Amino acid sequence: MDAELVRQGAPARARHSWRNTAVSALGPLTALAGLVWALVQPYRITLLDPDKHSFWYLAVQPPLLVMLVGALFHFWVVPGLLSDLEEAEERGT
Amino acid sequence: MEPPPEVVHWMFGVGFLFLGLCLLAEAIIGRDVWRRRAWRAYLWPSIAFLMGVLMWPVMVFYTSSAIHMLAHSAWAQALMLAGGAQLGLVRGKLRSPVWELTLPLALLVSGFAFLIHEQNPWFFSRAAFLHHALGWTMLVGALITLGRAAQPRSPVFNAGFAMIMIATAALLFCDRNVAPIFGHLSPLAGGR
Repeated sequence: MDAELVRQGAPARARHSWRNTAVSALGPLTALAGLVWALVQPYRITLLDPDKHSFWYLAVQPPLLVMLVGALFHFWVVPGLLSDLEEAEERGT
Repeated sequence: MEPPPEVVHWMFGVGFLFLGLCLLAEAIIGRDVWRRRAWRAYLWPSIAFLMGVLMWPVMVFYTSSAIHMLAHSAWAQALMLAGGAQLGLVRGKLRSPVWELTLPLALLVSGFAFLIHEQNPWFFSRAAFLHHALGWTMLVGALITLGRAAQPRSPVFNAGFAMIMIATAALLFCDRNVAPIFGHLSPLAGGR
């Protein structure tokens, strides 16, 4: 009986786990895009050459902002989302 | 001490990118799970509304012609209308599903505002290219959100809407005050 339940539950968990993986990957992938952008266009990282730039160009650096958005999403939005998702999946199985 | 126009575009890009990530997460996990926590349900409509409010000072301080000013005010109103209507729907104050149509309407108005106010061809400058690209992106977004209004739980339409926001962010991040586009820059735009 128990083995049968395990067999029934396993595919259900596997079916739902892609959502968990996909949501967890959004923030890191966004931050990675920002990192690649910074490597491709290092002159966008104005902090590397602070004397040549005015305040706004030092404060607003798009590749760093993209990394920041990825980190903010990953550490602020995703944890609660994953716990709610797991709870919903457990109820569904 | 005002930020240069390109910096303002990048800051709006941050808002659209965060909006896109939230919408993509909602499309992946489903609306029911996303709305389990009240703050999350209000998150993207609030960001859209806030960006609409912030568009007004942009209109006042950064527009150099009447048509440019009208376009920015159209975006401000469109963002506030879409964000406000979504806030009302999430809160339950608005019940009619017809309010969902404010989103495609906002994107339609925004798209036409981009295309009408850009008087130059695609390869005139990077800014001209981005205006055309953003205009057509918004019009495609209007079609996608129309489908989303008809089928609110469709993952395809929800993910499509999220990708429109992320594409908008990418295009805004590409903006520069004066820059060529694929090697083209008209002398009238500052090229040699």
